[in-house]
Amino acid sequence: MGFARRSVFTIVALLGYAASVNAGVLPDDRADVLYHLYDGGGVEIDGPSILVRKQVGKSTSLVGNYYVDMISSASIDVVTTASPYAEERKQWSLGMDYLRGNTTMRVNYTSSVESDFDAKTYSFSVSQDMFGDLTTLTLSYAKGDDIVGRSDDPSFERENERQHYGVGLTQIFTRNLIATVNFETITDEGFLNNPYRSVRYADPGSAKGYSYEPELYPRTRTSNAVGLRAKYYLPYRAALEGEYRYFIDTWDIESHTASLTYTHPWGDFVFTGQYRYHDQTGAHFYRDLFSRSEATNFRGRDKELSPLTSHVFKIGASYEFINDTEGWRFIKKGTANFSYSFLSVDYHDFHDVSTNALLGEEPLYLLEADIIQIYFSFWY
Amino acid sequence: MLVLCFALAGMVACSSIEPWVKPYERDRLADPIMALDGDPVSSAYIQHVFEAREGARGGEGAAGGGCGCN
Repeated sequence: MGFARRSVFTIVALLGYAASVNAGVLPDDRADVLYHLYDGGGVEIDGPSILVRKQVGKSTSLVGNYYVDMISSASIDVVTTASPYAEERKQWSLGMDYLRGNTTMRVNYTSSVESDFDAKTYSFSVSQDMFGDLTTLTLSYAKGDDIVGRSDDPSFERENERQHYGVGLTQIFTRNLIATVNFETITDEGFLNNPYRSVRYADPGSAKGYSYEPELYPRTRTSNAVGLRAKYYLPYRAALEGEYRYFIDTWDIESHTASLTYTHPWGDFVFTGQYRYHDQTGAHFYRDLFSRSEATNFRGRDKELSPLTSHVFKIGASYEFINDTEGWRFIKKGTANFSYSFLSVDYHDFHDVSTNALLGEEPLYLLEADIIQIYFSFWY
Repeated sequence: MLVLCFALAGMVACSSIEPWVKPYERDRLADPIMALDGDPVSSAYIQHVFEAREGARGGEGAAGGGCGCN
């Protein structure tokens, strides 16, 4: 058993002694039905997400989620090296929370299936409330087993194992301020690249001046992230939330992510506005154009691993159509929700070769996408 | 990690500290607008979008799953 796993189990055992006479609280019983739509960069993905949570007995809460991505893709990578395609990804998960005193244990299993990718994730976490429920410490561990295939080659099968280690602390500072800090380490081992994606290299013998060859990624990746969130209740009934995350990994990707969210209730409505900023460096094996075939030991041209800056502007509205003071039959509260997000990504070293411009004159690629969420939430 | 274990042991020993924000002062924190994750399906979805479109991942306190979304 690795050092990290021994440490996690040691800490869990310590937390097991910290139960006090104060009772923790299980999550509320609820059901959510969401429709999501992502449209941008030649890619359209939509589908449902349904969640149901119900308390069973005094100490247990069960949760299930069903999620679908219906994908229609003619992205920049697809149109330059392949053909547009359509496919469907289905994901379902089951989880259970068990509450004992001030300690909550959670287990979860998630399965994601698509025509050429199969992912299974098992997770476990322990949360402990302390100091009169002002502080919550959470430890988490998750393991994922992925199988990567190719839709054009049934015999192609590669494996990938993921492990997530997380520590989180939530602290109430004042009657108006709550904050959290989360550390997460993720390790991957196995086949980590997209089996369809290619890199391009300078090729004087080619009419365009460049040719393509398959990507070749390292077989391991370890990443560390630390995230801070703070939410403040303003002098009038409204809330302001700030978030920052720092990320770094063994592929030399380093990023800073920050967001600011304002929440304003008005009668039975609640309005939110958010701005999110993300900036990252590229992976050490990423190139938009390699100097020659097999120029380096590892090669990638995934624009998501390139140096980029993204901006997201989001607005949302929620309407409480079943009031929690009156209810309706067995439903205590119901809300209708809508949000629209505009995503803009500036790639600093990924050129748009679909324009058929001359080599070296291709413009840098700019991605813009609309993201819509429409959902109903019920508490019972 | 050993330091973290001792720190946790210390916190366990100090679990009798009186809370400085009394239960009757937590009305604002209990307001739904102050919930850190009041919309779990929405936040899980948008986190999935960002993980598929960016090279960074994790650090947001929610468990992620796997997918071939690149």
